[in-house]
Amino acid sequence: MKKFRVFVWKEFIHIWRDKRTLTILLSMPAILIILFGFAITNEINDAPIGIYDKSKDELTSKITSNIINSGYFKLEEIIKSDDEIIDVFKKGRIKMIIIYESDFESNLTKFNTANIQIISDATDPNVANTLVNYAKSLVNNFIMIEYNISPNFKIDVKMRYNTEMKGSFLFVPGLITILMMLIGAMMTALSLTREHEFGSMEYLLTSPLNSYMIIFAKLIPYLLIALFDIIVILILGTVVFGVIIQGSLLLLMFECLLFIIMSLSLGLLISTVSKSQQVALMISLMGLMLPTILLSDFIFPVSNMPQWLQFITNFIPARWFNTIIKSVMLKGAGIGNIINETLYICGFIVLFLGLSIFNFKERLD
Amino acid sequence: MKHVKSITVENLTKIFGNFTAVDNISFDVEQGEIFGFLGANGAGKTTAMKMLCGLLMPTSGTARIAGFDIYKESEKIKRNIGYMSQRFSLYEDLSIIENIDFYAGIYGLEKKEIRNRTNEMLEKLNMKSIKNEMLSSLPLGWKQKLAFSTAIIHKPEIVFLDEPTGGVDPITRRGFWELIYEYAYSGMTIFVTTHYMDEAEYCNRISMMTEGRIAALGTPAKLKSDYNAIDMNEVFIKIAEVKRK
Repeated sequence: MKKFRVFVWKEFIHIWRDKRTLTILLSMPAILIILFGFAITNEINDAPIGIYDKSKDELTSKITSNIINSGYFKLEEIIKSDDEIIDVFKKGRIKMIIIYESDFESNLTKFNTANIQIISDATDPNVANTLVNYAKSLVNNFIMIEYNISPNFKIDVKMRYNTEMKGSFLFVPGLITILMMLIGAMMTALSLTREHEFGSMEYLLTSPLNSYMIIFAKLIPYLLIALFDIIVILILGTVVFGVIIQGSLLLLMFECLLFIIMSLSLGLLISTVSKSQQVALMISLMGLMLPTILLSDFIFPVSNMPQWLQFITNFIPARWFNTIIKSVMLKGAGIGNIINETLYICGFIVLFLGLSIFNFKERLD
Repeated sequence: MKHVKSITVENLTKIFGNFTAVDNISFDVEQGEIFGFLGANGAGKTTAMKMLCGLLMPTSGTARIAGFDIYKESEKIKRNIGYMSQRFSLYEDLSIIENIDFYAGIYGLEKKEIRNRTNEMLEKLNMKSIKNEMLSSLPLGWKQKLAFSTAIIHKPEIVFLDEPTGGVDPITRRGFWELIYEYAYSGMTIFVTTHYMDEAEYCNRISMMTEGRIAALGTPAKLKSDYNAIDMNEVFIKIAEVKRK
């Protein structure tokens, strides 16, 4: 046990001496959460739009001000002729143009119908869709109130678990998944490969330390760093972005710990197949980070993927963890709700550890 | 001093796939002896040494290290051997003293014992005043001396040196060998591989390996007279030529 302590201490010195990496590891959660929180957002705020009012009556100006005052849109351009429309879009700033037909108000009173055209820049289809929907519902609501029309049915929409449709509810759990993968798998893979690359592993194996001790001593510091990062994300997520942890914090931490252990074992496995740190880095980045980001249900919904790709996501541990963490954090799920996913993670741990031990022995032979 | 065998090797063989790296070698090394393991690159020196250190499982044959069986008593062997390779085992980002503390620590030495041995060692290496320097700031020759000293900090019976002087200038190499001599004198068995033929002269006995077999074994003087050569270089070339014919 004393030998083990000596070894863990050495690992801490290594990490401590490599100030640059340490800084990156510890500041990553804060940086990422700020990036995702403020820059990379799908929420609509102050989208620049243009208005082409051919009618210029009281009603159209009321509708326009109603749209602008909603906070979602910002009036950037008043368009005066049809020719201008194309030019405005080509300049690229304007996301959407609202066009009222001439005699809008009088048409509405006379014929009980009037036309509004919405043209939107669909180079980013998601944004275009959202903008159009917002604008449509703003206009409809306004007309309903103004003319006191009520349709003979009512759809009651409830956005559960994220009533305000906040992006932070999605990216806070997502970031935990990605960071755990990064620190757990990539850093341990690098740190173990380093010992092989510099030849110190041979020396360690001729010493009375057994190989399990060496491996566990290498994993412990990264386990602690990963836990630290999770706590930072959770604190920033709740304090700055108002994500409320619905489920039990204990269960959440337990599941995180399980996922860290999974990614540590994955890192171990990578180290057993890489000859140099560069190879380990490439495998971790290309083979792990990309699938984790793309196929984990974090950014792109798995349910929208073609069948064969959905099948592949089953082998991405992050996909299971993403479900777990979202259920526990946002929906207040108990262990009973996520037992399947948890078992998957456990399965991955057993698989990766088993393969690593097998490879580790092979490599020495 | 009575003759005690530190290493006994019988018919040791290692086969990788269909390549025989070490082919049925047998030899003994006595306690306090400096035993040189020579041969061209790829002759099987390192593979043979790795089996003796417990880093590789032999395909067949037996060996006893410090009286312990390499199959059944590898844990006991580990406690009684030191190992240093050409790919240098100390950590560049640790200071001299941290490196020593680490290696002493993983052999389970007591704190007081570590302090005593460290002091003694730094004194001997003349590194006391720079013990807090990072290893990366030291010249290669010093690192190698330090690596050797840490490899034997637990006072092993046998120390295995795998091309310990690779890439060092002749004067530093000489200084390194003086250090080795000192320990051999105190009864430590030294098992060393090298491909510097001048270093072979420093050894008590030499085994020349070619293609996984021991082609010649004896004292440097005996090998020179057997092959009618003026130095070990010539012996080496003659053995290689015999092989080619």
